[in-house]
Amino acid sequence: MKAASLLRWESMLAAVLIAAFITFSSLSPYFLSVDTLSDATFNFTERAIVALPLALLIIAGEIDISVAAIIALASVAMGLASAQGVGTAGLVGIGLGTGLLAGCINGALVTIGRVPSIVATIGTMTLFRGAAYAVLGDRVLKDYPDSFATFGQGYLVGPISIELALFVLFAILFGVFLHRTRWGRSIFAVGANPVASRFSGIAVNHYRFALFALTGLFSGLAAVLLTSRLGSTRPSIAQGWELEIISMVILGGVSVWGGKGSILGVVLAALVFGLTTFGLGLMNIPGIVLSIFTGLLLILVVAVPALVNRR
Amino acid sequence: MEHSLLTLTDIRKSFGGVRALERASLELPRGAVTALIGENGAGKSTLVKILSGIHQPDGGEILFDGDAVRIPNPQAARALGIGVVHQECLAFDNLSVAENLFINSQPMQAGLVHWRDLRSRATAVLRDLDADFDADLPAGRLSIAQKHVMQIARALTHESRVLIFDEPTASLSQRECAELFRIVRKLRDAGCALLFISHKFDEVFELADRFAVFRDGVSVRAGRLSDVTSDELISLMVGRPVSQLFPKLEVQPGAELLRVEKLGRAGEFEDVSFALRAGEIVGLYGLVGAGRTELAQVLFGINAASSGVFTLAADAAGIALVPEDRQGQGAVLPFSVAANIALPNLTALAPRGWCSPSRESELASQWIDRLGIKAHGPGQTVHQLSGGNQQKVVIAKWLARKPGVLILDEPTKGIDVGAKAAVHAVTSEFARAGGAVLMISSDLPEILGMSDRVLVMRRGRLRGQFMRAQATSEVLLRAASDA
Amino acid sequence: MSARPLHFSDNARRDIAFAVLTAVLFLAVTLAFPGFAAPRNLAGLLDDTAILIMLALGQMLVIMGRGIDLSIAANLALCGMLAALFSRAWPDAGVLPVLVLTLGAGGLLGACNGLLVWKLRLPPIVVTLGTMSIYRGAIYLLSKGAWVNENEMSREFLAFPRHEFLGLTVLSWLSIVVAAAFIVALQRLKVARDLYAAGGNPEAASYSGIDPGRMQFLAYTICGAIAGVCGYFWVAKFAVAYTDIALGFELSVIAACLIGGVAIAGGAGTAAGVVLGCLFIGIIRSSLPLVGISAFWQMFINGLVILVAVLLSARQRQFKRTILEARA
Repeated sequence: MKAASLLRWESMLAAVLIAAFITFSSLSPYFLSVDTLSDATFNFTERAIVALPLALLIIAGEIDISVAAIIALASVAMGLASAQGVGTAGLVGIGLGTGLLAGCINGALVTIGRVPSIVATIGTMTLFRGAAYAVLGDRVLKDYPDSFATFGQGYLVGPISIELALFVLFAILFGVFLHRTRWGRSIFAVGANPVASRFSGIAVNHYRFALFALTGLFSGLAAVLLTSRLGSTRPSIAQGWELEIISMVILGGVSVWGGKGSILGVVLAALVFGLTTFGLGLMNIPGIVLSIFTGLLLILVVAVPALVNRR
Repeated sequence: MEHSLLTLTDIRKSFGGVRALERASLELPRGAVTALIGENGAGKSTLVKILSGIHQPDGGEILFDGDAVRIPNPQAARALGIGVVHQECLAFDNLSVAENLFINSQPMQAGLVHWRDLRSRATAVLRDLDADFDADLPAGRLSIAQKHVMQIARALTHESRVLIFDEPTASLSQRECAELFRIVRKLRDAGCALLFISHKFDEVFELADRFAVFRDGVSVRAGRLSDVTSDELISLMVGRPVSQLFPKLEVQPGAELLRVEKLGRAGEFEDVSFALRAGEIVGLYGLVGAGRTELAQVLFGINAASSGVFTLAADAAGIALVPEDRQGQGAVLPFSVAANIALPNLTALAPRGWCSPSRESELASQWIDRLGIKAHGPGQTVHQLSGGNQQKVVIAKWLARKPGVLILDEPTKGIDVGAKAAVHAVTSEFARAGGAVLMISSDLPEILGMSDRVLVMRRGRLRGQFMRAQATSEVLLRAASDA
Repeated sequence: MSARPLHFSDNARRDIAFAVLTAVLFLAVTLAFPGFAAPRNLAGLLDDTAILIMLALGQMLVIMGRGIDLSIAANLALCGMLAALFSRAWPDAGVLPVLVLTLGAGGLLGACNGLLVWKLRLPPIVVTLGTMSIYRGAIYLLSKGAWVNENEMSREFLAFPRHEFLGLTVLSWLSIVVAAAFIVALQRLKVARDLYAAGGNPEAASYSGIDPGRMQFLAYTICGAIAGVCGYFWVAKFAVAYTDIALGFELSVIAACLIGGVAIAGGAGTAAGVVLGCLFIGIIRSSLPLVGISAFWQMFINGLVILVAVLLSARQRQFKRTILEARA
């Protein structure tokens, strides 16, 4: 049954998380300190925040691989605005606004233009990232107001960073929305069978558009957090993040064909991801080797259930 | 009697734990049309797939022209001379008709596809069949009926001696059916062994020479068609005498619930006007392509009209549509029974947004009881239910909305006799409780048995309206067809 | 009532229209900069676009079979590094072993993708996203992060693609030969027609005895082999091999296919269209510096072209909603 299999998946993820925890603590003496772990969270919260709405989008049967490009575009917009003297509040508004606008473009291409989302977002990914490069070239924008840095570098209380707090907040909100409300139920239906959903009175295209816009908005939020943490903007910012964010979602048990998945799974997957990346980093293993691990994990995640079902 | 070209004895086939064929036997003599009759789930499709080489039997024997044979894959079936015209339209829209006819069997020359030969042979076969389309046309441009003819042409390119037709008339007009029958008779006279699967008894009695009845995966009886009546056939199919197939209740029509005035949608239908009153069951008859489903979809709100209006009475509670395609449009197969029934009712079940699984479960249980849905419980996945029970779930989800008008589009297509009766009973119940029903159907006995009035559409226009007393098969057919 | 015989007129019409568009673009650029049409420049243009043409033809096979190969650039880079390391270790071995090595290695890498998609029915986008990272990471492991520079490559290794016959380099001729081979093969080879069928309607194809999964496997293997060989050519052309070569190039390849009229839903596409798509991109790329637009605008313009192309295609045809490749 659906619920049972998902629970099995989440239990497995939790087990992997615990195993990773134990492994890294035994491998590195620095691992088990509160400060270290708190630092570790920065590694994945920005990606994980985008993984939440992306999970909803994939459950609804679509995909968006332009998320990292949207982050870049929003960051460039903020950098340019900051150079013009715009203050922190305005920068946040511009970052979120750019993300939202980009998401709406994706939504319009898919719902009004009737372009399949994979193709549309390949196009917008190229367009948005291209715009970032076209505007900045090889420059770097570094002129941010001091107060802007709090988002990405600040702490809410004790070792809990603002980024982590935001992630936890949104994880809870998304979880409740997806699994307990009727709009979340409709999202599952749209992914499982969009035609039957339409015939059941669900405004399928409205949901699709809204989810693309939401994903764009949260990419904008991630841009705010990332830019504020780095303190600078390059056109190559967040390069390759789309792969990692999608991996988090799929690792979290969300089916690429739509109609199935859970927020808890995505959260656990993000934790596994973040922990492992950080742990490997502590052991001085370069990021590119990590990407081998990510790739293998991604394939295993879809291969194992397929193998099991072959009987 | 002719020596049988194809004989199947005691075929067994299971899928997982489900026994599709238990003890299936069939004889196909040369120069005869044998009708295969049985309810859905009786094993007919499985048998066809075994003969096509798509599935392998677990046990039993196949004799072709006296020799024991195995059919491990579709090429083997073709090599033996078995051709199949499947129920689903298996056309390659992106390729030309000529190429469709020779998929995976192209004439070759020096290891390369011999296009000239392919085209000339394709044109020849199409000419033999008097087809009204060219071999060079992309198959995507053909109508469903033309695609069926193309499938027959494909079966003929292999010089088949055994031809199987699986529900071929489902989407054909009267004229196209007549054409099909002409081709079938020509093939029969040429000595082929033909297997004709159909739900429609009038066609069976018109076309076939012999019959074979399957029930629950077992061959029940076979013989000459002239020795049996349709009532006997139904009894054999169902296993019990079926008395009341159309439980028609007498109802006095009440207030007008729906008024349709000169409704039209560009390219689909136009100038349709009629009214529905409380307690009425109005049948909507017509051939495929008449525009009935398109009309239903406009009334339901899926598509917008381009001209005319329709008005629902102020106190009527809305229009519901049970669509034609049960699995694609009606139900979300991976969802549970409860989730499916809840889907159009979410606003009522979760007024402030919060879903309540217990309320949904309760609602589903009520409808499981009322409609006699055979499921383990509200939590069972709809995918696992039989066609008839799936249809009951689709009907339940809309009845739970308590609509004023219920539109049913081919509600009993492809479901077994027992479930059919249940659907008709529910429909009558709904009408008696004050609702209005618009029932789209291509099944004349069903239309004649259920309707208080019958509307007939042809080529997108309303051609006639007949009261129950005046409606007969001939009258309706004449109004619906080009004749 | 007999309809007019219009054999593949939809595809042909589209290709002709696109050819005209490309010609117009070419004329426009030439009018503004007469030097553009100089034979030397045209030869350079073809040489610069040759690898894209070959890769796009390989990718076309995969997309036609209802798949997608995001690992094509990583495959190219890995095989390129293999070629460079081989040349460094055995500089006297000549070019032939390198060609064989990269062809085989690329084919093997492609076959991995194909096997996962065929035998386990895994979604192509997930598989190739995964192999993309694995193959990239493997380059690092293989080279330990170090570059292989020009002075470490044998002269023959570097010179082979640049040899000229009749004004065109070996690389250019290769792309012409491959393009011609594809155009003929897609029409005349039975296996190619089976691929069209499998991509157009996988269910009907299996009923007719064609295994859609097997077709996808073949497509991935051929695509991988082409990518492998192109890896050698890339490294030889740019005279350097390192982990990040051709990073992100898979998007340009897919863009060329989309612009060239290959339907993401499968079952449709022409080799001529794909070649035109590559030439279109190539002309834009090389005319940018002439017009004074910095190379940084290249990506943005590519994005615009992709979006315009897919919007027009979506209006023409009825796209099936295949986002992450439907199950066969």
